[in-house]
Amino acid sequence: MKNKFVRFGLAALGAAAMLLTTPLTAFAGESAYSYNYDYWGDVLESPDSYSVVKVFTYRDFGLETNLKNPESMFVYEDSVYICDTGNNRIVELKRTGTDGFEFVREIKSIKGTEITDLNAPADIAVSDDGYMYIADRGNNRIIKVDMDCNYIMQFDRPVDLALSSDLVFNPNRLVIDTAGRVYCAASGINKGLVKYEADGTFSGFVGATPVAYNITDYLWKKFASQEQRARMVDFVPTEYDNIYMDKEGFIYACAGGQKEEDLDAETVQAVRKLNMLGSDILVRNGDYPVYGDLYWGGGGGITGPSYFKDVTVLDNDVFVCLDMNRGRCFGYDDQGRLVFVFGGNGNMDGYFRRPVSIEHMGNDLIVLDQLDNAITLFIPTEFGSLIFQAMDQFDHGLYDEAQESWELVKTLDGNYTLAYIGIGRSLLRKGQYKEAMDYFELKYDDENYSRAYAQYRKEWIKNYIGWIIAILLVIILVPLGIGKIRSIRREIDTADIFRL
Amino acid sequence: MFKALTKKETYIKYLRSLKFGLYCMSHPLDGFWDLTHEKRGTYAAANTILIITILVRILKLRYTSFLFLQVYWEDINIFLYIASIIFPLALWVVGNWGLTTLFDGKGRLGDVYMATCYGMLPYPVIQLPLMIASNFVTIEEGQFYSVLSVISLVYCALLIIFGMGQIHAFSFGKNILFTIASLFAMLVLVFILMIFFSMISQGVSYFISIGRELMFRM
Repeated sequence: MKNKFVRFGLAALGAAAMLLTTPLTAFAGESAYSYNYDYWGDVLESPDSYSVVKVFTYRDFGLETNLKNPESMFVYEDSVYICDTGNNRIVELKRTGTDGFEFVREIKSIKGTEITDLNAPADIAVSDDGYMYIADRGNNRIIKVDMDCNYIMQFDRPVDLALSSDLVFNPNRLVIDTAGRVYCAASGINKGLVKYEADGTFSGFVGATPVAYNITDYLWKKFASQEQRARMVDFVPTEYDNIYMDKEGFIYACAGGQKEEDLDAETVQAVRKLNMLGSDILVRNGDYPVYGDLYWGGGGGITGPSYFKDVTVLDNDVFVCLDMNRGRCFGYDDQGRLVFVFGGNGNMDGYFRRPVSIEHMGNDLIVLDQLDNAITLFIPTEFGSLIFQAMDQFDHGLYDEAQESWELVKTLDGNYTLAYIGIGRSLLRKGQYKEAMDYFELKYDDENYSRAYAQYRKEWIKNYIGWIIAILLVIILVPLGIGKIRSIRREIDTADIFRL
Repeated sequence: MFKALTKKETYIKYLRSLKFGLYCMSHPLDGFWDLTHEKRGTYAAANTILIITILVRILKLRYTSFLFLQVYWEDINIFLYIASIIFPLALWVVGNWGLTTLFDGKGRLGDVYMATCYGMLPYPVIQLPLMIASNFVTIEEGQFYSVLSVISLVYCALLIIFGMGQIHAFSFGKNILFTIASLFAMLVLVFILMIFFSMISQGVSYFISIGRELMFRM
């Protein structure tokens, strides 16, 4: 007996040892230009959703001097403003047709105030009523000018007791809401975004990131002496790298440079969507968190998680994050599910060296590279446009058309998760629950599946209620009847009158 | 032995002992005492319960709704799955018997095996209906699934622990002590097996390399 047990045990142990020593699967996605993740987090190469139109440098605009350390861009209708920070100027371009830009002007100074020359402008925003707001970082101010650069007003260092007195106000990024309020991310200020009312008064900080710390650090700090504590890293909220205001007035803010354990523990968020109160309302229903690459590897000396340097929100609520670390663009839909990934580090068209800013014009993407001093214009490929088309059709209630578009997407990329879910959702809206369930099950979408199944079950019970009741009755009545008949028979058998 | 298979009493006894497993589930103290001391359990029934448990565990993979159990089929190794029950079972049986036999436990190796297998009965009894029911609920109604899953495992563990106490005729405290000691014994067994395997593989690779060397020279 014992012999048998030992033999069994050895076999099992051998099997366990085999599992442990199998080499980890290598992921092909490291080299693919476009890819996506399936439910299991496996990297699946995907068709390109964007293709490069052209990479534009200063010569293409007819500029005399090259850009120097450009930090950000802003798109307003068909104008592109590039903050050429190192050259103390802002370059305005106009989009001509699908495949070109034409130089309009460069803004170096403004009129009507004491300090007229821009000094290291870091960001610009244009409000709908036609005013330009410039984060004039070298002059420690945000200025509001009209389209002809006439000075209107300026926003200075916020007066707040919580700020240390030697802090110099360095506005980095800014957005304007429809009421003319200014939200600004400034260096050295980690209490959130600096918010100014339209009349220039400082009205507080909004949307600070939650403080992330781990429990061992916390305990360690509890037991440390005063001097030790002073040398330790403070638990402070991180500053935002960039902000973007979508068409509904929500601020998308991204903070790259997070530590991987904090991202994994979901104590910090690489991208946040802030409402008016400054709380995070980004929907994260995707299979994986919104922080870019799932596998960080060490290829090419690049380590750590994706560094989201900028974010832009398309009109269909797809937000595209720019990973400065690996030069990739990650598109997520309004549910936080990955729509597309493309890009990489390198010198070819469509690859980046240090991308710092991303903007969109319709569904076209423009990426500014700080080392190449160039902007790259991307337009959606057939695959990409089909995805956007399907999303739009679904949002407008055209479920038949949306289903057709998703079917086309599926024929282009049979691995594309959102296509299956899209078809499923269209079917669900059209009341074809059983078919919808099949599509959701293929891509492990449990919530939508449950939604479809609840309807399907309701319908099923409605159709078969007669049969269900009939079967139940039979189950209950037949044994009852048999028992009754038996007891009657027994009574008859044992009745006194028949006894002889 | 095969002669017994032709007799009707063998089957009656088998079925009765199998049914006795349900009695053990509801009356663990009484049941496990009678199981070995009154000879109401059979190895055939114990093996059957073990096989059913393994089958249910494998069937679960395929027939549980994906809402509750998502299976990455590429990584499923059916033999590993079977081993995941048999291997700890074997370790437990050997470890427990090896210890208790030194400290006047009344159970023999076979008794320990039988009682442990009988103790696993709640797993198929609860998991099989659960598996079927999982296909008829939505995710919001699915709370019961995880709760019942946990219950089935805890139930099994309790039955096995109480069963051991009964077949060895241990008091409650001694039983708990030896349960914990058996777990350590399992670890020791794993350790010994590991050493054994690495020695064997090194020994084998030594001769293989000698053989290779010879082939190069000749």
